[in-house]
Amino acid sequence: MSTGLVVVQILNGLQFGVLLFLIAAGLTLVFGVMDFINLAHGVQYMLGAYLAVAFYALTGNFLVALVLALAAALVFGLLLEFLIFRHLYDRDHLEQVIATFGIIIFLNQAVKTVWGAAPLTLPIPEFFSGSIVLMPGLLYPVWRLVIIGSGLAIGLLLYILVGHTRVGMLVRAGATNARMVSALGVDIHRLFMIVFGFGTMLAAFAGAMIAPILSVEPGMGDTVLILAFVVIVIGGIGSMRGAFLAALLIGLVDTLGRSFAIDILRLVMPPSPARTVGPAIASMLIYVLMALVLYFRPSGLFPARGRG
Amino acid sequence: MNRTLAASTTLSSPQGDRVGGLPATIFLLLALVPFAAGFGPESYVLGLFTRVMVFAIAALALDFICGYGGLVSFGHAAFVGSGAYAVGILGAHGITDMLVSLPTALLASAIFAYLTGNVCLRTRSVYFIMITLAFGQMAYFIAGSLAPYGGDDGLTIRLRSTLFGFPILQNDRTFYYFVLLALLAVYLLFRAIVYSRFGRVFRGARENPTRMSALGFDVFRFQRVGYVIAGAVGGLSGFFLANATEFVSPAYMSWQRSGELIIMILLGGLGTLHGAIIGAAAYLLIEEALGGITEQWKLIFGPLLVLIVLFARGGLLGLADKIRGKLGRA
Repeated sequence: MSTGLVVVQILNGLQFGVLLFLIAAGLTLVFGVMDFINLAHGVQYMLGAYLAVAFYALTGNFLVALVLALAAALVFGLLLEFLIFRHLYDRDHLEQVIATFGIIIFLNQAVKTVWGAAPLTLPIPEFFSGSIVLMPGLLYPVWRLVIIGSGLAIGLLLYILVGHTRVGMLVRAGATNARMVSALGVDIHRLFMIVFGFGTMLAAFAGAMIAPILSVEPGMGDTVLILAFVVIVIGGIGSMRGAFLAALLIGLVDTLGRSFAIDILRLVMPPSPARTVGPAIASMLIYVLMALVLYFRPSGLFPARGRG
Repeated sequence: MNRTLAASTTLSSPQGDRVGGLPATIFLLLALVPFAAGFGPESYVLGLFTRVMVFAIAALALDFICGYGGLVSFGHAAFVGSGAYAVGILGAHGITDMLVSLPTALLASAIFAYLTGNVCLRTRSVYFIMITLAFGQMAYFIAGSLAPYGGDDGLTIRLRSTLFGFPILQNDRTFYYFVLLALLAVYLLFRAIVYSRFGRVFRGARENPTRMSALGFDVFRFQRVGYVIAGAVGGLSGFFLANATEFVSPAYMSWQRSGELIIMILLGGLGTLHGAIIGAAAYLLIEEALGGITEQWKLIFGPLLVLIVLFARGGLLGLADKIRGKLGRA
């Protein structure tokens, strides 16, 4: 366990956390403002990755592909909102779960049909490929730093948007009491559309950004979706600040746990059981964390004011 | 949010104690399946319907806590899995007698439900969904780490459970009726519970927990008992699942499995008990039928779920009621 390794893993954890934040941000807004459980949020992330790969194959330029993928994902998201989600807002949570689960099943199969079941790859943009020296003898891939940087930038942007603009004020008000906002004369449906479209784009952005370092495959959104839910529940539903901090926390805990669980366990038990128990404990860590948080703070760490 | 839940639960009707015509028909049909199966590919049909009933047992338990108790568990598959693993682990040590493995399966799931219930039941609504998911995931990863019992790859069961050393479940037909009997017993048990004094408090806690506490009931303890019962019945389902597939694997506890169980009870109609059986049958049979038509069956199945939600509120039972209402008026 050298310092170098720890630094690298902390950076990896940050990168993972930032990725989770991009997905959780949309989820917590949609959930908080519209009281709508959108399980299909994970496939938006998957779609972002696939669209980026597809547009890259067409244009050969990552930036162009990214912009096109975001635009296409936005159009698709708004189409889903218009055709299906709109009719589910005042339904029971469980019905929302089934309908969006149906969309997951459909889209996972659809990408398999269109692009095949084999994982696809997207090359890292040339300008950002390669590694930089963090410390003597310690290299770190530039692209991961780009992901961390862009994630933090978006976090800042969201902070300004949600905290210091008129639309952001309405969004916060909506997260606390949507009906009251509507009664005060705000077109809540238009607000929903904006929030939803924005959340969709963030998820697609996450998918496109991670595509160069992860294999793009059907079902890649499912795991991330569950983690994003863990994030927003720990952070407190509807709270952007909570989502940000919880995402970084989960990213770090998960990454560091996976890297060092075996080493830590070996301090207290023989190597062989440590090797079998370690990975299981590492995988469980974030769920244990969530159970603990909910036990002591049943509404998450930063509940949006006025909510349970 | 309880509007549609309440709408689909018409159980307060006074004739509730009588077993209605529809449930009786369901069980009659299930009892006749082996005879019909004789005309076709028998072991395939028997296997399919055994599977339907095994999942129906788990779905019944989920419908009990979810439809009547308002406790939407997203980790129900963990109970099924612990029951299945009890059979698998005992089997790996050469203990196959169901006089041992059945109680162990029930107890294992009940204990798991008791321990996790103590934590879960402190939370409400979405947080309850998420915390049950968390425990389900923990169970899933624990199962995957059981290296001596197959780890992620799962564990093959060499011998179906025996009774006093006799391999009574070895015959598919006997096994089928055994599961059917268990399903009937579970159905009648939940029916009895729902209309009992305990059941009234349990249901009342869904409608208005504050009022129930004000009436002097310890809501938490009532819900915990309900949760443990549902857990044990989930374990029963796991006992049969392990015997039916002759295999256990961590996949039995995956969150997707828990999601499927929720879909089954919603498909049938929440809070009706027999709806859970219909839902399990509908889900698995649609899956099987579409799978027979095309490899891309999920392209049809996904939109079908969306359409059911959009146009068939209250599940298939609700749809049937609506159609009957239209016909009656015409």
